[in-house]
Amino acid sequence: MAEIVLDGITKRYPDGALAVRDFNLTIADGEFVILVGPSGCGKSTTLNMIAGLEDITEGTLRIDGRVVNDRAPKDRDIAMVFQSYALYPHMNVRDNMGFALRLAKVDKAVIRTKVEEAARILDLTQHLDRKPANLSGGQRQRVAMGRAIVRDPKAFLMDEPLSNLDAKLRVQMRTQIAALQRRLGTTTVYVTHDQVEAMTLGDRVVVMRGGLVQQVGTPQHLYDAPVNLFVAGFIGSPGMNFLGATLEQNALRTSLGDLAVDDRLRRLLERQDAPRELIVGIRPEDFEDAALVGERRTGQACTATVDVRESVGSDVYVHFTQEGGPAGITELAELAADSGLADTGMRGHRIVARLDPATRAAEGSPMDLWIDTSRIHVFDPATGANLTHPERAEY
Amino acid sequence: MSPPAAETEAAAPSAPGRRGELSEGARQERRLGLLLCAPAVVVMVAVTAYPIAYAIYLSLQRYDLRFPDQAHWVGFGNYGAVLTSPFWWQALWVTVLITVVSVAVELVLGMALALVMHRAIFGRGTVRTAVLIPYGIVTVVAAYSWQYAWTPGTGYLAALLPAGSAPLTDQWQAIGLIILAEVWKTTPFMALLLLAGLALVPGETVRAAMVDGATFWQRLWLVILPLMKPAILVALLFRTLDAFRIFDNIYVLTGGSNDTGSVSILGYDNLFTALNLGIGSAISVLIFLCVAAIAFLFIKIFGAAAPGGEPERR
Repeated sequence: MAEIVLDGITKRYPDGALAVRDFNLTIADGEFVILVGPSGCGKSTTLNMIAGLEDITEGTLRIDGRVVNDRAPKDRDIAMVFQSYALYPHMNVRDNMGFALRLAKVDKAVIRTKVEEAARILDLTQHLDRKPANLSGGQRQRVAMGRAIVRDPKAFLMDEPLSNLDAKLRVQMRTQIAALQRRLGTTTVYVTHDQVEAMTLGDRVVVMRGGLVQQVGTPQHLYDAPVNLFVAGFIGSPGMNFLGATLEQNALRTSLGDLAVDDRLRRLLERQDAPRELIVGIRPEDFEDAALVGERRTGQACTATVDVRESVGSDVYVHFTQEGGPAGITELAELAADSGLADTGMRGHRIVARLDPATRAAEGSPMDLWIDTSRIHVFDPATGANLTHPERAEY
Repeated sequence: MSPPAAETEAAAPSAPGRRGELSEGARQERRLGLLLCAPAVVVMVAVTAYPIAYAIYLSLQRYDLRFPDQAHWVGFGNYGAVLTSPFWWQALWVTVLITVVSVAVELVLGMALALVMHRAIFGRGTVRTAVLIPYGIVTVVAAYSWQYAWTPGTGYLAALLPAGSAPLTDQWQAIGLIILAEVWKTTPFMALLLLAGLALVPGETVRAAMVDGATFWQRLWLVILPLMKPAILVALLFRTLDAFRIFDNIYVLTGGSNDTGSVSILGYDNLFTALNLGIGSAISVLIFLCVAAIAFLFIKIFGAAAPGGEPERR
């Protein structure tokens, strides 16, 4: 167990491409940190640099107080779980899990005890003498975990360890990994492109984009106070809705009607010299069926025609289309490409609202929606910065 | 390291079991399949089966081309004559020696070259082309250039040796030079086959071994080579079969003199120099049996995947 300090870590490839730029983070002893972002954001490169599988171009990496930039992976005392599990196909489960200890010349009896202990924790005891080829996906994943935990290393590094499992198993294994990490208390760095995994697993989440850290914080903090358009759109499922808006005297004029600007927000916008053209972000749960909202709550009503109604039991998702969504914003285009939205070929700008299951909303007919204006986010289209939460990321 | 022998059952084509239960459609399909195979079968019979059968037929006769009228049936007499002759055993010993030594050296060098080619970041194409040059040269041409090089008085390599030495006239030195020529010529082939096997080793598995604390040699011995076992066995099988039938290098370098002849040289001498079709054919058939035994050994005992067979399951 150890503290991991990344101080100005940069990765530049020989062809000049920058994979990671000036990454600063202190991972506390026993902390579970998630690196999340779309593919190509540099999260796996960062993990490989911590593991020693890739050289660090600039900056220093300290594990347990020692600078390890120039140490080979084998001298860093870290264990890694790979997306493909990377089990040794010619060895049985027992040998796979004991391989690192065998290389470290640990006594055979000790290896046996440790492997059996890990197998008991991971419920693999009856599979110890089988080859990886004869195991199911979930079992292989557990062997990969077991290979990491038998070593009792300073840190676990996990590179999308659940991506090859089917959806149901992934949720189960996610819970298991969280419980295991809490039980062992080993510092863990976990890479994923799945924001749900990031939100549910980590003590802290690092959102990355294009090699740059966007924001670091607890899952709730990232959700409540995203620093920019990218984090706002990436965290949360379904994602935040974005609308073009014009700042008027006391309101933000949008295609959903005028959204009142309260004193706090007006002062914030004035202090930051906000432009007149802005982007408004509204989370799906900040909509409600106007018929179900009591008079006493302040907010804004508007009318829209329901395209699709999806009931998931506890909630009803209502989709409707708005003309004139924010255009030409690279962050939003990137998010759309990452979520596959860009490939659906849908015209117009899609808004999703999460409503109470009591709603009477019907497909094809107009309905009155209520927007909780106290919870809207306002972004500067030029910089993408969140003007509603101007504080910088907490490190 | 303990390579598990039992796991790799060579994939034998299993005959479909239930007979007489074929539907009309399946029977039609089978008939079409047979028809489509027929031309290839006819060609194979003409160029392979007939010569083999004819060689076996000739090997059972006393048949000297100088006295074709005296040809007569002698059963296994020719085999008895060959197997009791010291010439056969001497040639077999030389052949086995050349085969074992050259294949072993080629395996090590080929593996080293494959690792270099696999890891080369720049100039990969140039490296591969350069490595392949010896394999692209006709064996006889290469053998002649070796012969000139080792000939005292004219050869540049012979000039490096102490005055008066003629390496190609000494049995051990000549065998060494024959092996050198073989290794020089066929290591690229070995390297290419091993490179293909190396490409099959997943990068993440090797990186997992790095994180697990394996040094380069430990990764090679404990992870990479076991995962390459199928490719190594195929490469060894091909090269062993090839090396056992060595002919051209010996023919050019020594002509088989000073007890440097292989079994192929012995067969050639009997067939085409002595014109003794019976004895020569018997030697050919014996070589054929040796080659078949080697292939059988590799496929059944070591579990090499038979060429064209189903890929090994792991």
